[in-house]
Amino acid sequence: MPLAIEVKDLVKKYKNANGKEAVRGVSFSIEEGESFGFLGPNGAGKTTTIDILCTLLDQTSGTARVNGFDTLEDPHGVRSSIGLVFQEMTLDNELTAYENLKFHSYLYNMERRLSETRIDEMLEVVGLTERKGDFVKTFSGGMKRRLEIARGLLHRPKVLFLDEPTLGLDPQTRRSVWGFIDELRRRHGNTVFMTTHYMDEAESCDRIAIIDEGRIIALDTPNVLKRSLRGDTIYLNTTDDDRAAVELKEIFSLDVKRLEGDGGLALIVESGEKFIPRLLNDLSVDVLSVNLKRPTLDDVFLHMTGKEIRDARVSNSTENARSVNRRFSRR
Amino acid sequence: MFYKAIYVIVSREFKRFFRQRGRLLTTLARPLLWLFIVGGGLTKIIDVDAGANYLQFLLPGVMGMTILFSSVFSTISVVWDREFGFLREMLVAPVPRVTIVIGKLMAGTMLSVFQGMALLVVAPFLGITIELVDIFYIFVVVVLISFAITAFGLFIAARLDSLEGFNVIMNFIVLPMFFLSGALYPIDTLPQILKYVTYVNPLSYGVDALKHLMLAGGEGITLAAEMPIYFDVIFLSVFAVVMTTLSARAFERRG
Repeated sequence: MPLAIEVKDLVKKYKNANGKEAVRGVSFSIEEGESFGFLGPNGAGKTTTIDILCTLLDQTSGTARVNGFDTLEDPHGVRSSIGLVFQEMTLDNELTAYENLKFHSYLYNMERRLSETRIDEMLEVVGLTERKGDFVKTFSGGMKRRLEIARGLLHRPKVLFLDEPTLGLDPQTRRSVWGFIDELRRRHGNTVFMTTHYMDEAESCDRIAIIDEGRIIALDTPNVLKRSLRGDTIYLNTTDDDRAAVELKEIFSLDVKRLEGDGGLALIVESGEKFIPRLLNDLSVDVLSVNLKRPTLDDVFLHMTGKEIRDARVSNSTENARSVNRRFSRR
Repeated sequence: MFYKAIYVIVSREFKRFFRQRGRLLTTLARPLLWLFIVGGGLTKIIDVDAGANYLQFLLPGVMGMTILFSSVFSTISVVWDREFGFLREMLVAPVPRVTIVIGKLMAGTMLSVFQGMALLVVAPFLGITIELVDIFYIFVVVVLISFAITAFGLFIAARLDSLEGFNVIMNFIVLPMFFLSGALYPIDTLPQILKYVTYVNPLSYGVDALKHLMLAGGEGITLAAEMPIYFDVIFLSVFAVVMTTLSARAFERRG
């Protein structure tokens, strides 16, 4: 398989921030047609990496190739191969939806008739056909996002970059945005490179790189990454945690983590649902509550970096597990 | 080669200009306010024996001012585009950066020429008669001023990343440029230290060239052009080329 993106030892030092390195030696390659997720907290170097790949920034050292073009030697080749959906809005509010797309088609030197049919087609896909002639300033956040995605794909780029494409959108709009992107990938087989800090979005990628403080700390398929945690986490509250911890160690020879704050224990076992009955049977102390949590990328991230991916977190896990996670992260 | 990209950038600027009613209105009202409120009042207390009356003297200056404000305001769109993200859409497109500079430059120049030339309509009402051939020369000079000042504005805008910064520039560069251009009174009346400022001010040369073409000159006439017209044209041309190069460079720069 030819490579869509190839990055070797990428380093970016910013001049102003005391020479701090935003990206500190990143290497990875992405095959054509693959969807690749870049996962990390704010300031991890995600956007810097995207900006280098899109030729908006020059790297300090290392090489990056997109669709076979070197970002430094042939930025023009790179730019004609890519489509972008940025983190922030980059539409012109004073123009209509149609005019924004038309502007794009001119910039990408699209043939006139092709651009007209493509604009109609893309507006249809993102469900904005009816708003074609309306000014973008009258659009909601979700509609603007959809229009940006339509625009990013208008010239059928080989590689589509999505920098936090669903940031600040409500869950329903997030789902529909991903629906469009998946649909388009199925139809045209684009390579997708995306950054996100929504875990559930990252899980739909073929492969994920976890980036923290400018370094890739893990890179694999979502399943392998989750498996690397070796099992489920059980959160346990008992009448006597000290004694429970001792017993767990003696009977099951398990490593038990004591949680700060409200107390409680956390242990990792291979198969949670089989273990819980044995646990309840064999412990001499009364169990107040048991909580089973299957590994998610949240846990992988927490496990790898020792911190949560973001502070105000929205995830599928239970409220209880969430507070436990917080306690973990404070250590 | 990238004419389509240039065309679409220019056409976007025009659309934006004509859609912003307030901007259109300001453009029409500002020169008339200066001419008839400021000029109309001052012409009664300024007594000149020979040549133009003050109102006539003011017309080239007000044309220069209109071009100055229009050109600089056009380039605010670069800052605006950066602040609202649209600049990125252009920066990642497969067109050379200089295309953006050319597009913005052409749009800014064309809008300024249009607004500057429109003021010629009031010339007959002020008692200024302009030969047809002079209208052509005036057009050439107006294009030159518009081009030079838009390039200058673009060079500044390329380095600014906030609209607040732009307001500061407006007050500390654009207004002094207007006041110290000979638009409101002859440069010769200024104290020597301020004269030096007018020597590097492109608008001084632009207004001076317009005075050549619109006002009568000669011995003892104070309200007239003060420098040779060929020098005006050379200065403006050199200034325009230098500023275009500098702003193209500023856009080419990557972090």
